[in-house]
Amino acid sequence: MSYLKPNFRHPQLPKNGLDLTRSSYEGLISTLCAGCGHDSISAAVIQACWELDLEPHRIAKVSGIGCSSKSPTYFLNKSHGFNSVHGRMPSVATGANVANHELTYIGVSGDGDSASIGMGQFAHVVRRNLNMLYLVENNGCYGLTKGQDSATADEGSKSRTGNENPFENIDLVGVALEIGATFVARSFSGDKEQLVPLMKAAISHRGFALIDVISPCVTFNNHHGSTKSYDYTREHVQTGSIIDFVPPREEITAQYDAGESMQLDLHDGSSLSLQKAQPNHDPTSRRSATEALLDSRENNQILTGLIYIDAQEPDFHEVMQLNDAPLNSLQQDQLCPGNEKLRSINNVFR
Amino acid sequence: MSTSPTDIKNPEYFHKVVDCQYACPAHTPVPEYIRLISRQQYTEAYVINWESNVFPGVLGRTCDRPCEPACRRGRVDEEPVAICRLKRVAADNKGDISAWLPKIPDQKNGKKLALIGAGPASLTVARDLLPLGYSIDLYDENAKGGGFMRSQIPSFRLPVEVLDEEVNRVLDMGVSTLFSERVDSLASLLAKDYDAIFIGTGAPRGKDLNLPGRKEADANVHIGIEWLQSVAFEHSDKIGKKVIVLGGGNTAMDCSRTARRLGGEQVTLTVRSTFDAMKASPWEKEDAQREGIPFLTDHTPLSFVCENGRLVGMTFDKVKSVYENGKRQLVSTGEEPVYIEADDVLVAVGQELSFPWIEKTTGIEFNEWGEPIVDKVTFQSTQPNVFFGGDAAFGPENIITAVAHGHQVAVSIDLFLKGKDMSLDRPAPGHRQFSTKMGIHEWSYDSSVSNDDRFAVPHLVNEVALVDRRAEVELGFDLQVAFDEAQRCLNCDVQTVFEEAKCIECDSCVDICPTSCITFTRNEAEPALRAKLTVPAEQLDQDLYISQNLPTGRAMVKDENICLHCGLCAERCPTAAWDMQQFNYSVSKACHIPSPLNGSAA
Ligand SMILES: Cc1cc2nc3c(=O)[nH]c(=O)nc-3n(C[C@H](O)[C@H](O)[C@H](O)COP(=O)(O)OP(=O)(O)OC[C@H]3O[C@@H](n4cnc5c(N)ncnc54)[C@H](O)[C@@H]3O)c2cc1C
Ligand SMILES: Cc1ncc(C[n+]2csc(CCOP(=O)(O)OP(=O)(O)O)c2C)c(N)n1
Ligand code: SF4
Ligand code: SF4
Ligand code: SF4
Ligand SMILES: [Mg+2]
Repeated sequence: MSYLKPNFRHPQLPKNGLDLTRSSYEGLISTLCAGCGHDSISAAVIQACWELDLEPHRIAKVSGIGCSSKSPTYFLNKSHGFNSVHGRMPSVATGANVANHELTYIGVSGDGDSASIGMGQFAHVVRRNLNMLYLVENNGCYGLTKGQDSATADEGSKSRTGNENPFENIDLVGVALEIGATFVARSFSGDKEQLVPLMKAAISHRGFALIDVISPCVTFNNHHGSTKSYDYTREHVQTGSIIDFVPPREEITAQYDAGESMQLDLHDGSSLSLQKAQPNHDPTSRRSATEALLDSRENNQILTGLIYIDAQEPDFHEVMQLNDAPLNSLQQDQLCPGNEKLRSINNVFR
Repeated sequence: MSTSPTDIKNPEYFHKVVDCQYACPAHTPVPEYIRLISRQQYTEAYVINWESNVFPGVLGRTCDRPCEPACRRGRVDEEPVAICRLKRVAADNKGDISAWLPKIPDQKNGKKLALIGAGPASLTVARDLLPLGYSIDLYDENAKGGGFMRSQIPSFRLPVEVLDEEVNRVLDMGVSTLFSERVDSLASLLAKDYDAIFIGTGAPRGKDLNLPGRKEADANVHIGIEWLQSVAFEHSDKIGKKVIVLGGGNTAMDCSRTARRLGGEQVTLTVRSTFDAMKASPWEKEDAQREGIPFLTDHTPLSFVCENGRLVGMTFDKVKSVYENGKRQLVSTGEEPVYIEADDVLVAVGQELSFPWIEKTTGIEFNEWGEPIVDKVTFQSTQPNVFFGGDAAFGPENIITAVAHGHQVAVSIDLFLKGKDMSLDRPAPGHRQFSTKMGIHEWSYDSSVSNDDRFAVPHLVNEVALVDRRAEVELGFDLQVAFDEAQRCLNCDVQTVFEEAKCIECDSCVDICPTSCITFTRNEAEPALRAKLTVPAEQLDQDLYISQNLPTGRAMVKDENICLHCGLCAERCPTAAWDMQQFNYSVSKACHIPSPLNGSAA
């Protein structure tokens, strides 16, 4: 069993705009089960951050509890990180975001962490439009505690011991759409070609960006009868819109037929070149996105890709009119109004 | 268009992945003996070498080591594994190997051979054929066996005891030696009752330089290889204080280093080429420089200068190397000739073949350069029962090439005398493959990758080395360093074997691979495929391992180039679609030599 990854990397690894190779974005060797979808998601985060030329020390990783929430150890080990309590990552992310608005926030959660114990926190971080990427590594079970059904397990999906799940499932994509999320996407850990551009778009999006990533649990939920297995997911995936992420200052060169394609400008100057897979699905319309989701469910399919985006809505920071400078950069004279002023304030309450 | 999936059943595919073994002319199973050294099994490590290259102790000190520039470690790390010096560790620390030696039958097979020249080529032929019952007469003009290994390679690089042990081991298998006997006529030998004759006489003539003053200076101008031989056989034991060595190859290095030990105080090596273009191996150049020998590069000799009929120096023209269409031209800089004083000059500018003793009537044909016409596979000459090998066949090479030839000559002679076809009936190379899986994430080899830099072999200090021509300069690794160096080997013979049917395309192997070797992608024509891998595969001499198409329509494509053989892909794979399988490849010999690798116990 290897506990350490060798130090050697491919000598011709490509470099990004910061002159860094992907290896500068790696983490420790994973201790998850061999074949876990979560590890592929970690690799996609590494790839996306590298491609975006993000400085690793300007990123903060936040997570809750679960195999998924453990996974930030396995990427970006030069970034900030906070492994919080079960279901409470949104509070920590909110606090951190208020304290320093300049960092890139990547939240990593599981279906248990978000849809069971953390459901309340999840709902509120969505409606507040906190500027972050919120990844749900969705395996339909509580992987870390040995595979009990989670709230995202589909009704009728069979556990490894053969029991059918009797309850209706929670679809976090549907919930997020309903309560005002401004970036909603779904993907599959086994499809990095889709996942990496989605992550780049989500990180560049100003506001809350949810990506629900189907991430098979090879040990407890990858058998026949499970609706979150590699095979089942591959058979039922219905690719929604396909996006190409275009960084700031780069021209969009691809040409698509109008009606089938559109260009979306993001707040930071980057844009998305979007190709529709379903003619009726307009990802800038919440209604159309909700219908597309319902249609796919009716057809027993898993809708993936960028499902909904609203690039205009102000984020939490703007709504709350918070200070732009990070708190740790404020000096005493900015934080303390001085004796005179305090006395005059106090006098008002006499 | 797509590229055909890799046929891993063809042993040549995995053979090529073991870069060192593939580059070795004798295809010595390097990683296996390095692992045995890690396990302190020096005797077994030695026997594996001996089966393959006959002179592990000699080669562990002197081999030209074509394996090292080929070593995979050199592509991911600064320097390759010290393969050659690890071989010496096995030789120096081995126990009794007699139990492993092949049995020589009392009952001979009735066939009699003459081997001419007692260098490594002939000795290998003898080693491979004696166990089959052949009777062998070995001729050499010198009093002892070993060929150039004895007469040329100085004892400060190769102690006589090391050479004696390995030469005698072969002679003691029952060679009938006819030493101090120069063969002056092949025709007369052909007239004797030999069933086959092998010519392993090397490239024994050193080239001279006919420049103005050469005749007058003759008493103090020596042909390098003749001089080295006279030192080795103790006919010479001193040289002038000021010595010029002409030439930039390994012979020039040995001449200058020997001169330093025989009284040469100012030994200057002069060479026409640039430093980088010198023929000598980098480590030989380093060793000479360490002994205070300056290299005067870009100097072409013009004349020998004599006073009162005695050599006093030489003049040189300063030149520049100019390359046109890859061909080098030496262009004079037009500066004044450079004069260098000298009491003696050693000419080490090359050697050539010389067969004055092979008569036209023997049926042996030569090409326009005086080289015998020899088949590249069978080593047969134009006279069916006469074979050539070693330097005598295709010109000067090195010991390991002579050994590799020897094995093939032995196979040919045996087939020839059994009336079989020397090409069609040639035995295929042997190979074995087995899983190293011991447990869920456990392998029978040490899969972890050491991050250490190459360890340097300690040297004797000059004060001691330069006063004793016999004192071995390299001291060899101590056992702890040998272990650490052995750990640097990447076990390239433990192959990553992929089984399509098991793969669920989860990407885990792609994500874990430290050197980004694996890509799942649509198969295409090879150039396009190489270009679109995670890291483009630009090293064209390194193969791509391509699977059949998988359910998503993609194929697994692995660039073998920088795989660390760390086994992480196999550890990460949930379905064991990857396995780490040890692959042993061995050149078939005329006879079976017991070795830990071919299943026969001591
Ligand atoms: C100075 C020097 C240093 C070298 N150093 C190295 C080194 O470090 N590593 C390395 O790998 N290689 C080295 N080589 C090359 C290496 O020695 C040869 O390539 C190798 O020995 C060739 O082996 P062989 O079996 O073909 O013949 P040789 O070793 O050349 O042996 C041929 C023998 O045949 C004898 N002979 C020739 N003609 C007759 C005849 N008519 N009758 C009887 N006997 C005859 C010769 O005297 C000689 O003993 C060196 C060569 C030189 C000159
Ligand atoms: C407050 C609290 N309650 C329960 C647990 C036990 N627990 C640990 S992980 C986990 C579920 C994790 O499921 P999920 O978020 O889907 O992560 P996965 O392991 O499947 O990736 C639970 C219930 C806990 N650690 N803390
Ligand atoms: S790393 Fe080891 S097995 Fe690989 S080429 Fe080098 S010596 Fe040979
Ligand atoms: S053994 Fe596997 S994981 Fe290790 S370097 Fe080779 S392909 Fe990559
Ligand atoms: S880890 Fe195994 S199953 Fe997964 S893609 Fe690689 S070979 Fe296939
Ligand atoms: Mg889960």
